[in-house]
Amino acid sequence: MKRITRISALTAGLVLTALPALAEGVKVGVMMTLSGSAAVLGEQGRDGFLLALEEMGGKLGGLESEVIVVDDELKPDVAVNRARELVESHKVDVVVGAMYSNVQMAITGPLTEAGVFVLSPNPGPSALAGAGCNPNFFAVSYQNDQPDEVVGAYVSGKAARTFLIAPNYQAGKDHLTGFKRTYTGEVADELYVPLDQMDYSAELAQIAAAAPDAVYAFMPGGLGVNFVRQYRQAGLETIPFYSTFTVDEVTLPAQKKDAVGFHSGGDWAPDLDTERNRAFVAAFEAKYDRVPASYAAHAYDAAYLLDSAIRAVGGNLADKDALRAALKAADFDSVRGEFSFGANHFPLQDFYVTRVAERADGKFQTQIVEKVLEKPVDAYAAECPMK
Amino acid sequence: MTNLLILQGLNGLQFGVLLFLVAAGLTLIFGVMDVINLAHGAQYMVGAYLAAAFTGLAGNFLLGLVLAVPVALAFGLVLEWLVIRRLYDRSHLDQVLVTFGLMLMLNEGVRILWGSAPISVDLPEALSGSIPVWGTLRYPVYRLAILGAGLGVALGLWWMIHRTRLGMLLRAGASNRAMVSALGTDINRLFLLVFGAGAMLAGFAGAMMVPVISAEPDMGDTVLILTFVVIVIGGIGSIRGAFVAALLVGLVDTLGRSFGPILLRSLMEPDMASQTGRTLAPMLIYILMAAILAVRPAGLFPVQR
Amino acid sequence: MRLSDRAMLVTFAVLLPMPALFSAMGEPFLTVVLTRALIFAIAALSLDLILGFGAMVSFGHAAYLGIGAYAAGILAANGVTGLEVQLPVALAAAGAFALVTGAISLRTRGVHFIMITLAFGQMAYFLMSSLSAYGGDDGMALAGRSTLFGADPFGSSLRFFYVTLALLAGIWALLRAVTRSRFGRVLTGTRENETRMQAIGFSPFGYRLTAYAISGMIASVAGVLLANHAAFVSPSYMGWARSGEMIAMVVLGGMGTLTGPVLGAIAFILSEEALARLTTHWRLPFGAAVVLAVLFTRGGLLGALRGRR
Repeated sequence: MKRITRISALTAGLVLTALPALAEGVKVGVMMTLSGSAAVLGEQGRDGFLLALEEMGGKLGGLESEVIVVDDELKPDVAVNRARELVESHKVDVVVGAMYSNVQMAITGPLTEAGVFVLSPNPGPSALAGAGCNPNFFAVSYQNDQPDEVVGAYVSGKAARTFLIAPNYQAGKDHLTGFKRTYTGEVADELYVPLDQMDYSAELAQIAAAAPDAVYAFMPGGLGVNFVRQYRQAGLETIPFYSTFTVDEVTLPAQKKDAVGFHSGGDWAPDLDTERNRAFVAAFEAKYDRVPASYAAHAYDAAYLLDSAIRAVGGNLADKDALRAALKAADFDSVRGEFSFGANHFPLQDFYVTRVAERADGKFQTQIVEKVLEKPVDAYAAECPMK
Repeated sequence: MTNLLILQGLNGLQFGVLLFLVAAGLTLIFGVMDVINLAHGAQYMVGAYLAAAFTGLAGNFLLGLVLAVPVALAFGLVLEWLVIRRLYDRSHLDQVLVTFGLMLMLNEGVRILWGSAPISVDLPEALSGSIPVWGTLRYPVYRLAILGAGLGVALGLWWMIHRTRLGMLLRAGASNRAMVSALGTDINRLFLLVFGAGAMLAGFAGAMMVPVISAEPDMGDTVLILTFVVIVIGGIGSIRGAFVAALLVGLVDTLGRSFGPILLRSLMEPDMASQTGRTLAPMLIYILMAAILAVRPAGLFPVQR
Repeated sequence: MRLSDRAMLVTFAVLLPMPALFSAMGEPFLTVVLTRALIFAIAALSLDLILGFGAMVSFGHAAYLGIGAYAAGILAANGVTGLEVQLPVALAAAGAFALVTGAISLRTRGVHFIMITLAFGQMAYFLMSSLSAYGGDDGMALAGRSTLFGADPFGSSLRFFYVTLALLAGIWALLRAVTRSRFGRVLTGTRENETRMQAIGFSPFGYRLTAYAISGMIASVAGVLLANHAAFVSPSYMGWARSGEMIAMVVLGGMGTLTGPVLGAIAFILSEEALARLTTHWRLPFGAAVVLAVLFTRGGLLGALRGRR
């Protein structure tokens, strides 16, 4: 009894389903960034997962589930501690997380070494896709470079000179590398801005001076909000704007009309035409009164993937090899339609270029323009020793 | 190149003027009241949120701005009355800690009230778009408006400090506090006024920036550190110093970020240059501050005590 | 025996059986949390040498934590995991950084000193953030736990705890000796009355600079431990907010004593961990606690003990 009280005390203040632990239940840690200004992505991921769990009546694969939601504060050292606590105190079987690549890199090693399965609802760092691929890690999202490769391929035929901009950290460099991998035109210039910068007047002046045929930006979250609005204010909207993670359902409520017509790339959009997706978007909007983003869609898929795998092994979580094989089989109905895992446990799925539009109800969302790549294998998969 | 230089110069000035608005209050609170206020950046953030909230209610940014400024002032007065006045006889360290705690509370408070997603405000119709400034060169009207408003406030402050009785008290307070209170001035009321005015100026700066950068939690932290750099370079307590240093920091930061890499490229390999540029750019103003303090330990315009 | 010493011995006596108690409670993980608190206790102790005894308020002390952590991280990434190499490198790097920046910073006083140390701290932070070979802004996982002549001092959370506790005790004893030596008395003297110290023939600059370097070097030891504890090295260890937290630990515990910072660090880390488990909005009650603690207690935790006596 003591244990149950402690867990509810631990999770007070969070919206979650903490059901009493049963001997044969499954314990899932959900690790997201839930504090600070980066929390919007984490809130989407958490809500997507909990929505799926609610639809399944709190059960995963027929087992009662206990979910422990923790905040990684977007600090890798804090995240490692919380991850160890999930293993050592809560004895979780699976962790769904994280939201950012640096946290993912910090927690995946310690968790998988402890025999825990890690399902990523967003980051798919190259280090985990290639030589460092991990049998207990599954990216339910994509390899980080793929959305950029999609946009790069799409822009190639449309603009001869493109100006690139990203924040000055590893993911920023990775995303621009992804773009350049498929972009065949000339790179006008490449700018890296500090992560905490909010005013981009100097960079916008440089873009105006370079007069490129297109701009490609990876400016996630709050950076994207400010960059897109200032781009419009500076009168640069005549230069076509392509991006990844810069205009999505997390940033659109703040960007509103300023982002309309701007392009993005990804594996999902709210208007993706599958029956499963229509149901998901409707349920999410009904429950949370906002448009879901890819982070929510991936976390929602992660819950159903987990459900299918636990069901396949008959609830026997002790047989890790069987559970791994069942996860790899990905025998669930994804909101993205056809979905399977490659040898490195990264998805094989279609990618689209999207464009921001205003809906009839006044909300904003990305909408699919065209399918650009069909089930591409990521650039690092060949280096992965897993077969 | 000349065009870009002019454009970036304007950007640097506009950034500097913004820093000045925040720094003016901080340097007065520091100089006159001898209080280190780490919550000053949070007051900039509060101004931004107030403007966003009032704009939402009033449906018009200019009205939102007009409403936000007195509320920011009231907020500062309440904060002084509740907490800050208990710090006057405390050490600098105690002040640092209490205002650090306040900063954490305010950052989290706006997150509880408005959520963690950024809140944006549309530009007023009359101030959107850009106008030609030099040949084919165009500049956003709203940024010119910020520049103008900031310079206006600077001029007003200069007039108040050098031409009014209140200003005389402030100047006297910055160099000899005991004397001012010995002369029969209600020092508590003066302090309340200074703190409120500082909060209002920071709030005004935040409110003006909302259409450009949108309001989000923790947005005051970077501004706070930059403002401290400004007032230390300028000389603590000196409004003139804060003004010069704010423009200096604004220009060095903006021009350094955009011309640093270009300059480096003429000195070394392009790859090496962009790597070095990325490393040096964010450090530039700290290097500037360390260099100035190494030569002039009390800043550019030290206040005589 | 002084109150501070007695309080410290009681603290050590209470800490010693904690891991056994935690595992009896079925909460062995709390040992890991407590270890983290002890690591910060070492860092806070080092800061207190300059802040409490030397009246030098450094707002860039987290840089030394980072230097220690990166010394361990970078060496481990290159295959050198022995503490017999890592520690001397960390100490040398921290000492060198402290001597260079200290020589410039100590030309200034008061608030200007706070700001110039902040500037150097931020420079170190941005330098590490741009070190893309070692993870840059993202930081990097520690390639391997540190060893000591082939032994594995951090192998289990229990061993890690006692190694940290022993180091804390050793550093406490060292600083106790330093602050009571002639050197320490001169340092405290310059805090109380600089002019008088100069008049009787001491040049404060040399003493201050030496204390500044010792302080930085001890903090780098905490950095090496922190890297091993988190199994991760990140520039976020060196940000200005972390420096601010370290000042809070020292002042809330009781500056100018050697027990205060230890108690302050433990109280700080434990309440942060406890509140973060209660609510994602933990910064609000935490900030309120800091405000109230400073407003209504004087002399920190140790001062409160003293007051009740």
